Amino acid sequence: MLDNTATTSTKSKMSARDVKVFYGEKQAIKGVSIDIDMDNVVAFIGPSGCGKSTFLRTLNRMNDTIPIARVEGDITLDGENIYSSSMDVVQLRARVGMVFQKPNPFPKSIYDNVAYGPRIHGLAPNKAELDQIVENSLVRAGLWNEVKDRLQDSGTALSGGQQQRLCIARAIAVDPEVILMDEPCSALDPIATAKIEELIHELRGRYAIVIVTHNMQQAARVSQKTAFFHLGTMVEYGDTSDIFTNPREERTRDYITGRYG
Amino acid sequence: MTTTAIFFLIAGLGLITWVFARARAGRFIQSGVASVHSLPSYHGWYAAMWAVVPAVLFLLVWSTVAPALGSYQVLESPLAAQLPTDAFERAAILSEARALSRNPDLKVFNDAAVQLAPLYSAADSRYAMIGALAAFLLCFAGGAFAFTRIRPDFRARTQVERTVMLGLLLASLIAILATLGIVASLIFETVRFFNLVSPFEFLFGLQWNPSDKIVDGQATGFGAVPLFWGTVFIGAIIAMLVAIPLGLMSAVYLTQYASANVRKWMKPILEILAGVPTVVYGYFAALTVAPALRSFAVSIGITDASSESALAAGLVMGVMIIPFVSSMADDSIAAVPGSMRDGSLAMGATKSETIKQVLIPAALPGVVGGVLLAVSRAIGETMIVVMAAGLAANLTANPFASVTTVTTQIVQLLTGDTDFNSPMTLAAFALGLTLFVVTLLLNIVALQIVKKYREAYD
Repeated sequence: MLDNTATTSTKSKMSARDVKVFYGEKQAIKGVSIDIDMDNVVAFIGPSGCGKSTFLRTLNRMNDTIPIARVEGDITLDGENIYSSSMDVVQLRARVGMVFQKPNPFPKSIYDNVAYGPRIHGLAPNKAELDQIVENSLVRAGLWNEVKDRLQDSGTALSGGQQQRLCIARAIAVDPEVILMDEPCSALDPIATAKIEELIHELRGRYAIVIVTHNMQQAARVSQKTAFFHLGTMVEYGDTSDIFTNPREERTRDYITGRYG
Repeated sequence: MTTTAIFFLIAGLGLITWVFARARAGRFIQSGVASVHSLPSYHGWYAAMWAVVPAVLFLLVWSTVAPALGSYQVLESPLAAQLPTDAFERAAILSEARALSRNPDLKVFNDAAVQLAPLYSAADSRYAMIGALAAFLLCFAGGAFAFTRIRPDFRARTQVERTVMLGLLLASLIAILATLGIVASLIFETVRFFNLVSPFEFLFGLQWNPSDKIVDGQATGFGAVPLFWGTVFIGAIIAMLVAIPLGLMSAVYLTQYASANVRKWMKPILEILAGVPTVVYGYFAALTVAPALRSFAVSIGITDASSESALAAGLVMGVMIIPFVSSMADDSIAAVPGSMRDGSLAMGATKSETIKQVLIPAALPGVVGGVLLAVSRAIGETMIVVMAAGLAANLTANPFASVTTVTTQIVQLLTGDTDFNSPMTLAAFALGLTLFVVTLLLNIVALQIVKKYREAYD
């Protein structure tokens, strides 16, 4: 599978080599290697239970929160192993942000939701700068015009799509290098989904973006590279246009043509 | 024939009705009638209910009406015409005569009662006989009526189930009716108390020095503010200063840090604390904590420290409330969606930042609700304060001084020889009503908060 990644021209932001994940006795990921760069949005597709979300969560060590989960193999961010003892998980997660399947704004005001990260990481020395960070993040998340007059309202009072964009703004606020999105649109209606997809296009290039999705049209629309996962392995990884029009593997073709999954 | 015997007889008749009705219904099935609606035993229960329920209800009503009818008959008699006209004297003689008719060995003060007693015996036995006969008639009539309704298509099951439901409804109403009855009696006595002491004086007066002396129709020394203050000081301030931080911290530890094994052991142990009888806490407060606190206070130079300090009672009460607060907080924190915790961790927040800034704020309404319930328990708590808090109604914020609480004073006012009409006894009802209203309000507010919070995350 290493030859799949050899085609990337730019220097990769994150690379995984032979990553295995175990939940207790059960092996969920069976040796995945992949490179993620700054220029391309990478989509992970595959049937339910194939391990795409599990693998995504190894990239910012969110699996650490599950006591029985164990990760083997190397994952590097700018060449530095994120599972080494010298890597501070707090720093790592500030550099590799995450957006979840269900919008999960904190029960705080819109302002405080976005200011949460900058505050805990001490990014803004004064109120004016914090205000600026909050505004920039909301602008970049395409939410500023909708909420600028009610920043003190509760984040949980927004609509589902707005909540998800708030979560994206929250992730952007700590100025990460990589943003992981775990099925960010699966709880949203088509209009809200279209807005998020548009946003992903705009964020591309500034951040390395990895998106897990069940929706193959969505993968085709938002990503430049696609990885197909099946039963804990990565079957195929390549340019999205190739994967969808001319897959090399039988299993990939079966999946994207709807034969199973 | 005694009433008990009549009840048993009716129950026996009910059983017989059940057996016969069931057998009769059973014959439909044997004779092969196409569609029988209900199983035979439902027909049995239906008939038995008709035989027993009306007769028993009648007996219950009759047992309250019969004595009055008996008295009426006695008063009609020529002997009664010779009774004194003074109502009070008359009633005394009549009640004595009735008592004598039931227990001939009784000593009497009024000779007239001796003459009236046989009349009472006669009247009572006559009405008892009438009642018994009527009950049996009802029993037979009910049983017969139900028996005639037994047909293959008769919906006995529906009828029985409806009756069972009515019975369940009655059972649940009894608790509510009892509460209403208690409140009504409290209100009634409180109104009498407020004829002697103005509500304003009671609720805002600063002197608690109750006595039975009535001057110009007014009793004095019933200013309850020192009691309210003592209750709040012990139950809502000192106890909560102990229970809220410790309960919350133990909940955070149990839900966020403890391994499954530790949790498995610690939670039940914490819950055992809630099962310790409060009188045992009372011992502990009065015999161990209070003397220790007093010698500590003296050693740091507080010479007037009381051996029945507010602090001792409050501390022990706080310990008693810990499991309560902890389990409410535990539930609320556990109800915060895991995605919120993940969201915070994924931002690079540490575990403690996540707990402080996301989990506890999100769980706060539930925690506040739990604390309010705990306060309402603490201020109603009696045994610990009776044993450890003292009786002096001091209006002081010194935790080493002795204060008294509403519950302590209620116990004090109602124990020993008391006259039921004295201002002191009535004051206990007024205090009880105040306590009831306050805890009721606290509970309503707390449950409202908890409910609102639950709706937010489901």
